[in-house]
Amino acid sequence: MLEARNLACFRGERAVFAGLSFRLDAEGALLLVGANGAGKSTLLRLLAGLLRPEAGEVAWGGRDAFADRAAHAARLRYLSHQDALKPALTARENLGFFARLWGGEVEAALATLDLLPLADLPARVLSSGQKRRLALARLALAPAPLWLLDEPTVGLDAASVERLGALLARHRARGGMVLAATHLPLPLPGARELRL
Amino acid sequence: MADIAPAGGGRAWLALLGRELRLALRHPADTLAAVLFFVLVAALFPFGVGPAPETLARLAPGALLAAALLAALLPLDRLFGADAEDGTLDQLLLSGLGPSAVAAAKAAAHWLTTGLPLLLATPIAAAMLNLPVEAWPAAMAALGLAAGFLSLLGTAGAALTLGARRGGVLLPLLVLPLAIPAVIFGAAAIEAAAAGLEARPYLLLLAALLAAATPLAPLAAGAALRTE
Repeated sequence: MLEARNLACFRGERAVFAGLSFRLDAEGALLLVGANGAGKSTLLRLLAGLLRPEAGEVAWGGRDAFADRAAHAARLRYLSHQDALKPALTARENLGFFARLWGGEVEAALATLDLLPLADLPARVLSSGQKRRLALARLALAPAPLWLLDEPTVGLDAASVERLGALLARHRARGGMVLAATHLPLPLPGARELRL
Repeated sequence: MADIAPAGGGRAWLALLGRELRLALRHPADTLAAVLFFVLVAALFPFGVGPAPETLARLAPGALLAAALLAALLPLDRLFGADAEDGTLDQLLLSGLGPSAVAAAKAAAHWLTTGLPLLLATPIAAAMLNLPVEAWPAAMAALGLAAGFLSLLGTAGAALTLGARRGGVLLPLLVLPLAIPAVIFGAAAIEAAAAGLEARPYLLLLAALLAAATPLAPLAAGAALRTE
């Protein structure tokens, strides 16, 4: 479904990666591993359409993924290093904004990551792990076939990693795809590894 | 124009605008700072020029416009900066709205949270500058339109200077020269009303500027955001 052919990305004069090809099918999972600065985050931003590849192409279902940017954006969820939360808004309001964009139930999404007890607290008083969980709760809002996750488990406790595992399993059972950059073991059984 | 209004984009656009307004209500300090800055600059003129009523009234139209535009510039350098730092901008660019629509929502929110309060503070500033009461309605109309023009230009400027070092200094240097027509027509409208003449032609010219900037500035801002 998602296919990358001969991708290359430069930062300044230096090639971050070049000649990168891979393929990801429905229900598939791909782990991006590699040293710091190997280009894991860059590859995720590139696949999200936030960066332009210097060379190569990304295909979705055999066709150029970036031909219609809005359509490409609609089929993916991107979790970056930053949690994209507004400190002044409560957990429920932060999630509510994305629910209005994508649809989905805020309460159910909060419950998925066990955030209901924190729902009315402003995001600025949440711990970094709790903020990460709130960012992850976006994934539980409305289904999208492709998840691009940048270090999803940073700061999470064991129970939350387990909940994320259940969320990932449900997503893949529905035919979803996961691409995750990580240094930590992720609850993604049967995931292939792509070393950058 | 498909970029500005994708299918079903209206609801998402309103959601974004609503979120911007809610954030402004949670942090009223930004709005308050702009309004106080405007009033204080207007209050400085009587001290500098001297309290002679006719001299002040002569200066009032230009001083009002200049003070309002400078005040409206204050919150602009954080317009995209805060969202870029906390990762929200990436999510907005992937929201399916299109970068120009995101910029248009930001411009509208800037006008509602800065331009509109400045408009409401205009009588206070006008009184301090000894502007005749007959000219106050024209002053408010001119300031509202000029602030709208600046919101649009400023959004484009903020998108262009996003990520630039010292973007906060670069932004006024980029935007203020482009705002000169708004100052000319706005001050002319107020001056005409103060002299008992028709302010309407000048206000219409100001509205024409706004009408031209409404599609162009978000498109420019969108292009700048996309190549970020």
